[in-house]
Amino acid sequence: MIPIEHFLIVSASLFVIGVFGIFLNRKNVIIILMSIELILASVNINFVVFSSYLGDLVGQVFAMFILTVAAAEAAIGLAILVCFYRLRNSIFIEDANTMKG
Amino acid sequence: MSENLKYLTPELFLVIFNLSFLCVMLFVKSPMVMSNGNKISALVLIITAVLVYFNPVKADPIIKGFYTSNEFTAFFKMLILFLSSVILYLSDSYLKKNDLLKYEFPILINFSVFGMLVVISSNDLMALYLGIEIQSLSLYIIAAYRRDNLKSTEAGLKYFILGALSSGLLLYGISLVYGTTGSTQFHTIYSAIMYTDRTLGLQVGMVFLLSAIAFKFAAFPFHMWTPDVYDGSPTPVTAFMAIVPKLAIGAILAKVLFDVFGGISDKWQMVLVFLSGGSMIIGSFGAIAQSNIKRILGYSSIGHVGFALMGLAAVSPEGLSGFIIYLFLYSIMMLGIFAFILNMEKDGVLVTDIYLLAKYSENNPATSFAFSLILFSLAGIPPLAGFICKLYVMMAIINSGLVYLALVGAIVSVIGAFYYLRIVYIVYFSESDDKIDAYIPAGHLFVLFLSSTAIVVGTYNLLGIEPLTRAAAESLLY
Repeated sequence: MIPIEHFLIVSASLFVIGVFGIFLNRKNVIIILMSIELILASVNINFVVFSSYLGDLVGQVFAMFILTVAAAEAAIGLAILVCFYRLRNSIFIEDANTMKG
Repeated sequence: MSENLKYLTPELFLVIFNLSFLCVMLFVKSPMVMSNGNKISALVLIITAVLVYFNPVKADPIIKGFYTSNEFTAFFKMLILFLSSVILYLSDSYLKKNDLLKYEFPILINFSVFGMLVVISSNDLMALYLGIEIQSLSLYIIAAYRRDNLKSTEAGLKYFILGALSSGLLLYGISLVYGTTGSTQFHTIYSAIMYTDRTLGLQVGMVFLLSAIAFKFAAFPFHMWTPDVYDGSPTPVTAFMAIVPKLAIGAILAKVLFDVFGGISDKWQMVLVFLSGGSMIIGSFGAIAQSNIKRILGYSSIGHVGFALMGLAAVSPEGLSGFIIYLFLYSIMMLGIFAFILNMEKDGVLVTDIYLLAKYSENNPATSFAFSLILFSLAGIPPLAGFICKLYVMMAIINSGLVYLALVGAIVSVIGAFYYLRIVYIVYFSESDDKIDAYIPAGHLFVLFLSSTAIVVGTYNLLGIEPLTRAAAESLLY
């Protein structure tokens, strides 16, 4: 049996890649949406692994809920992005600068 | 199961109304119904509050441990329902003037409120996550509600990106807590924490969970979205975001801290001291250079969140009751302020520059007096209610031995008083040719005067909510 640490390291690296993808990426909003999906995928791996190792089904049920909510979240993000693109003709992050805070 | 459903009556009523309202409005084109969507929804929220009042309370978790219904949840639910119905009523005239009065607005607000009801009552990390997502997904959409306006869509985009990141943090924290304790239910985790030896994973998970909630609460290291989102969103949405989610997130933060991690309070006390001190400092220094009243209120809300968190950092029953009192009075004061801001107009266009308020008192002495009174209270000038609730949390934190945090609070509240008093100065003494020509409708005036009366009367007996908050705090702690 593969030790649990291996799975946790994979999911932790995915999580870190996702977070850095949001903060270091200075170009495109679509990449941010992809990074968010990466974070959610890493959490799903965590849940399924813990569920399997604990012998408890709750984690897998939780993973199902996360998949559903992630789809809704991506849809809303893209919808807002389309509105932004219509007004600004760009999806670059540096163009989201009407307000400085 | 079916006997448990009676505890869910308010939530079921609200969500069934919401879905049927959505279906009906798709087909009904009658302008009479269309233009009264806000008022109908406000009425439904009041009815839901009445249902919450008559809902049975039970000390133990219900529905297989997923849900709770006690004094604590009932207090916050009624407050949230009441405040959101007032905000729906207040936003009616603004939406009408800007041609934004569509049925989606009350529906999204109602869905957000439904999410908050679920969050407050949740007794399981799964229910907590789903509730938080329902309320924030609705908020992302209504932040970008003026989709022909660049500022509004930009606010929605920024709010979405940072909100989605915070959901990711929340989930990662939940997964680690689940992995180390083997359960997602609050009371099971509470007892599992005592016996677990995997403390590292548990603490990392706890910090992730707390930072995600702090994100939604707009506390210090995670506050960057607040001024931009408050500024860009349409003003009724700003009013909603500044008042109602703060209560729901505050309630769940208190619940997570005491019901889930109550056994390791020594581990999270310092986290809260950090969040609270930082928020107070950012809240008072950030607003000094601003002249846009919505941005000022954004920073002000960060500062007030810091003061409220001071009550939680005390880790004591009196601190918790101070926290609840603080959130209650904060929401009352903000309601009055927004009743005024929603009518700051010049030539029929809504303005947010505070310098346009110059000599407002000459033509509107009573309104200016009520408005200034609320600003004095937000600044924490002694006899008013805003001072009393600051006193409550400071007493609690001093009794817990963290005198330095109370000292930070005292110093920054003096600095923060500057920007509230500057608005009062402009209203009474400043000279300017540009002036707003606001006509405030009677309903808004009523809310403004009610709010300012409440903070004066509140100095005497805190509007009688002290025993209520004590009961709420006790039902959470024991």
